[in-house]
Amino acid sequence: MKTKLTKFLPLLMLAGLAIQSCKPKNAGNASSSGSAEKAYVAPGKYDEFYNLVSGGFSGQMSVYGLPSGRLFRVIPVFSVDPEKGYGYSEETKPMLNTSHGFVPWDDLHHTELSQTNGEVDGRWVFGNANNTPRVARIDLASFKTAEIIELPNSAGNHSSPFITENTEYVVAGTRFSVPPDNANGDIPISTYKENFKGYISFISVKKESGEMDLAFQIECPGVNFDLSHAGKGKSNGWFFFSCYNTEQANTLLEVNASQRDKDFIMAVNWKKAEEYIKAGKAKRIAAKYAHNKYNEKTHTATSEMKKDVLVLDAKALKDICYFIPCPKSPHGCDVDPTGEYIVGSGKLAALIPVFSFDKMIKAIEGKQFDGDFEGIPVIKYEAALYGEVKKPGLGPLHTEFDGKGNAYTTFFVSSEVVKWNIKDLKVLDRAPTYYSVGHLCIPGGDSKKPNGKYLIAYNKITKDRYLPTGPELTQSAQLYDISGDKMEMILDFPTIGEPHYAQAISADLVKDRSIKFYKINENENKYVTKGEGQAKVVREGNVVHVYMTSIRSHFAPDNIEGIKMGDVVYFHVTNLEQDWDVPHGFAIKGATNAELLIMPGETQTIKWEPDKVGIFPMYCTDFCSALHQEMSGYIRVSPKGSNVPLSFSLGKNKPIAKN
Amino acid sequence: MKALSIILCSAWLLFSTACSSSETDTSSASTESTTATGGQENVKDDDSQQDVVKVAVGSKDHTTLVAALKQADLVTSLSNAGPFTVFAPTNAAFDKLDKATLNALMTDEKKADLQNILQYHVTVSALKADFLQDGQLLGMVNGDNVIVSLKNGKIILNNSATIVASIPASNGMIHVIDGVLLPPSK
Repeated sequence: MKTKLTKFLPLLMLAGLAIQSCKPKNAGNASSSGSAEKAYVAPGKYDEFYNLVSGGFSGQMSVYGLPSGRLFRVIPVFSVDPEKGYGYSEETKPMLNTSHGFVPWDDLHHTELSQTNGEVDGRWVFGNANNTPRVARIDLASFKTAEIIELPNSAGNHSSPFITENTEYVVAGTRFSVPPDNANGDIPISTYKENFKGYISFISVKKESGEMDLAFQIECPGVNFDLSHAGKGKSNGWFFFSCYNTEQANTLLEVNASQRDKDFIMAVNWKKAEEYIKAGKAKRIAAKYAHNKYNEKTHTATSEMKKDVLVLDAKALKDICYFIPCPKSPHGCDVDPTGEYIVGSGKLAALIPVFSFDKMIKAIEGKQFDGDFEGIPVIKYEAALYGEVKKPGLGPLHTEFDGKGNAYTTFFVSSEVVKWNIKDLKVLDRAPTYYSVGHLCIPGGDSKKPNGKYLIAYNKITKDRYLPTGPELTQSAQLYDISGDKMEMILDFPTIGEPHYAQAISADLVKDRSIKFYKINENENKYVTKGEGQAKVVREGNVVHVYMTSIRSHFAPDNIEGIKMGDVVYFHVTNLEQDWDVPHGFAIKGATNAELLIMPGETQTIKWEPDKVGIFPMYCTDFCSALHQEMSGYIRVSPKGSNVPLSFSLGKNKPIAKN
Repeated sequence: MKALSIILCSAWLLFSTACSSSETDTSSASTESTTATGGQENVKDDDSQQDVVKVAVGSKDHTTLVAALKQADLVTSLSNAGPFTVFAPTNAAFDKLDKATLNALMTDEKKADLQNILQYHVTVSALKADFLQDGQLLGMVNGDNVIVSLKNGKIILNNSATIVASIPASNGMIHVIDGVLLPPSK
């Protein structure tokens, strides 16, 4: 019997093997299968969500689909983009103008979708420029940057661009306190405590058009403002900013800004601020900042330099701003969907404090203060505290919410996401990230109505996660299914630049508003050419304007002679197509600045200064049609003073084929 | 002993079935969600200028041509980015053909012949009427040439069909003609 049984052992093992080989497929183990089917979106099918992800030091914003992690578009915002001609075409150059002149590259950290009644509405997404302080509004019908406003009295716009629940305001808090712009800045750096101020800005957003205006600023003590979020529901009317370096150090902040046990969350009563402005308590102070707008009719950006700003003094007005002590250099400052709980995440803290809005209001009414900081009342920690999440992990950074009573906090140092219950402050689950997570995002996760289906963690370090690409590795996003009790990682995908904050929105709120092309009849560009018959070349002294059209598969005109050395040539190319997904490109040999990419119905202009006599080819750079390679032409450049007449043509000297 | 092997075998079968059934589930799920057959003719877009196919479909004078394009499986190609010039015979032009021949062309057996004829009406280039010159040879998609002649301000193809109207489309030009062009016999 024994020997006979051994005969069947291989069979038994085989059966065992069958079980084994089945297991990974059905177990949904993230490490082996990646639960790929949950993130799988079949070819030709749409994703469920748009994910609008900050591009960090690239200065751009990227658009991914969820759950697939497919990249759809990189929206140029604060940096030039050779792929789209942004910042290179004459029409788009003004978008990157600032009080310092043209800034070609900035650092975009946070994205924030517009909201109506505290819910994301899919109209616009805002982004912040961290270096040269600015806020941008991107139109989600065109996925183009529609507007950029600069912030005076600021340096390092980090706690931005967070919004109030009806998008009344986008805020910005200065990361670096500096002497105000109209004060003498030629002072010793060591006079930080006396001379440096922290400004927070409230940018109003027009309800219909979305147009931004710097409504007012509040002058606060010199500290570093880090992140912020608006109150909502019961706490609508308040804004909360985390701040660190309350030590007011100006050197080796790594050590010197970590001395105190507690820094602050600053609560700002912006409705009160509005009252003070109405009562004439704000001062109009000289300032210089750019306001850039892209006009969809002229397809042209304009840059206006503004001259002043309304400023409220938090110290003098006493009841606009309050400080709430918050342990150890708080970073994230997040408000739960009910508006009652404010979560501060001290980067160096061993716990997460959760503050109660109701308690904070009572503390203010009862004057439960621990003195003041630079004239701003400091609320007693316990008086505003709801409770603490004990030993949640190491290095808490940011918190989002699922709308089911849970909060999810990222931990940079321990590389994990931790789920905890807001009411009892108990840790429910923890999931590792690969590696060193920064921000996280749940669709609508900072709004009144989150969609608790997915969570995306944005990682700073990806050593060994992907095929190596030299010293610089991609950052990554990791997608978790959070619909069950336990978080389950289902996908891991690389991102452009460095993703900081991101937001996600149901595709249904955005996709149907997406425009397909610009109507040529509504094109009001100064140099538009609305048909091939109107194509022309006009000389004004040494400036030559080429009014050119592009349509499958030729330019009109495509032969130009009579250009001379010393001429400045502007090619104003109008794409006559009225069809979805048919942009044309334009490039000319030796152009030292750029190429163009022109959307259907749009006009874009490139400036060209020929550098030598000869024949210069030009061609379409965006594969538009079967005869894309034929879409080309020639420019003849003659010496200065040449008598070659200016001429232009299309198809004129086409040889006639003979039988 | 035999009983044991039966148990083992059936256990093996059970596991392998469990495995394959889960595979079947996955593949059927992905089959369900794959896209419909065809190409850009399926794109939902009521905003853009119409392409040559949509223009033809919208014309009551071109029902025969549209039916023939469908029968010849040319709708997907002509919904592409182009650029195309389509010489579009009217229903009346088709009516000039022998009825039995036309009916035969619309059968699956004669699909290749129909494709050859229809491809003889298309050239890859968006030619406005002003681009057409007397004596010009146009290389058509089927590989044969059409010759253009200009007479009394009219554009005539192969001395047999006259352009009676020209309609721009998003991916090319449609020139309506009053005769069907027949490829040279080989």
